[in-house]
Amino acid sequence: MAEIAIRSIVKTFTDRTRGREITALDTVSLNIGDHDFVCLLGPSGCGKSTLLNMIAGFEAPSSGRIEVGGTLVEKPGADRGVVFQQPTLMPWLTVADNVAFHLKLKGVGRTERRARAQHFIDLVGLTGFEGHYPSELSGGMNQRVGIARALLMNPRVILMDEPFAALDAQTKLEMQEELVAIWQRIRCTIVFVTHSVDEALVLGNRIAVMTRRPGRIRDYFDFDMPRPRDITSPAFNDAKRRVLALIREEAGSSRKAA
Amino acid sequence: MQTASERLPAARYAAAWRLWSKLERVVVPALILAGWEAFSRSGALPQSLLPPPSAVLHALGDWVLGLDGSTQDYSGTWFRHALSSSWRVFAGFVIAGLSGILIGTAIGWSRSAEKTLEPTLQMLRPVPPVSWIPLAIIWFGIADKPAIFLVFLGAFFPTLMNTIHGVKTIDRNLIRAGAMMGASGRQLLVHIVVPAALPSIFAGLRIAIGSAWMLTVTAEMVAVKSGVGYVLWDSYYFLRYDMVIAAMVSIGLLGYLSDLAIKRLMGVVLRWQRTTTVQGREG
Repeated sequence: MAEIAIRSIVKTFTDRTRGREITALDTVSLNIGDHDFVCLLGPSGCGKSTLLNMIAGFEAPSSGRIEVGGTLVEKPGADRGVVFQQPTLMPWLTVADNVAFHLKLKGVGRTERRARAQHFIDLVGLTGFEGHYPSELSGGMNQRVGIARALLMNPRVILMDEPFAALDAQTKLEMQEELVAIWQRIRCTIVFVTHSVDEALVLGNRIAVMTRRPGRIRDYFDFDMPRPRDITSPAFNDAKRRVLALIREEAGSSRKAA
Repeated sequence: MQTASERLPAARYAAAWRLWSKLERVVVPALILAGWEAFSRSGALPQSLLPPPSAVLHALGDWVLGLDGSTQDYSGTWFRHALSSSWRVFAGFVIAGLSGILIGTAIGWSRSAEKTLEPTLQMLRPVPPVSWIPLAIIWFGIADKPAIFLVFLGAFFPTLMNTIHGVKTIDRNLIRAGAMMGASGRQLLVHIVVPAALPSIFAGLRIAIGSAWMLTVTAEMVAVKSGVGYVLWDSYYFLRYDMVIAAMVSIGLLGYLSDLAIKRLMGVVLRWQRTTTVQGREG
């Protein structure tokens, strides 16, 4: 059974200033299996973040349904951890308190909160920064806090919305490697939104290529290249060429249509 | 061998610069006071109409410490009056602060609270608090209560407006993050919305404490028989302009101290913000 079942999702927005209906997503269906690492790859404005927000329960589809673990998604919940594009930490809480925020909401005592937060702080490599405030840390470190915060909830799935887009190239590579290592260790299901072909191919074991607006699934394929993946290897380049060809073909057809 | 002063003109500049940076803050007030003293003693105006700073200081000294009884009935009564005024400010400010934060959060957070409460409050807001004085006297008599009521009116609206603003401008993704972690509506309010609005709330409280002093003094001039504002108005009747100015200085001092207290509290509550500026300065 699919862990995440996306069934014929349509999302339309009303452009109030022009009085027009805009279709952001057009009949998107996708099955995501347990322990999959799925990358949603598409250009800006293709609705990939909207789709992720609907899995998270932040937005409602205009029609269609999304199920996670067999349950219809109606609102946000701790069974779906989200890592945002910006770290979106509580600036008034320390690293440890941010990571343990979910436990605080559940009324777990301070000692246990500390202990469980520590485990995930160590896991993302922030040992020693427990007492720091987000404003004292770099963007990459804050994004690690965001990941630790999502992992601590032990969610069925983790949804990531271009979490490394704002990081410098070197930090990005490090974070990608660590994310893969974490995923291999705890075998959670990850849906990762990105516009970077390289990033999708480094991370995912399944890749969904989306079209420009209105967003549709252009192709959805397995990518079983062994890890760690060498981005300069012929196998990687072959895959990249195939994906780029898909994207180019799609761009050409939409230009003709326009 | 050179002597130290020959060798290091730069060191002497540095010493002069250090001296200047210590004096920097006091130069302008000192010049104003000196000019005032000189003008007042020059006889351009009768000294009783514009008492020199030395006379004000003399009156203030006797008012505070009861030195020579030169302020007659008021000699040595400063603390009693200052305490009366401070109590009214404190009581009105606390009531206004709590209710302003509470109602402001409700209006900022809930559409229906906004629709039911905001129009009424926005109509009351432009009514100057001092115009409530007649009704305040009729309702509360001549004592602490009308003053506290006026202070409340003056401090409530700045707190309210800033709380509404703080709650409305909160980053929507913080709410999403909270909902993602399983927060209920009430938990979102307590753990995310109010903390996120605190910087704005404190900005409101600092405006509010200024209004609070303004209205305490006004109320004391009209409707109360104690406090620094009462002494100010009473001294005016007795042509003691040195006492009038001494009272003005006292109000300035008390207002400054209460603002300082709020700033201190803000530094503790918003210490997560302070780290931002410290790092920003270093980096």
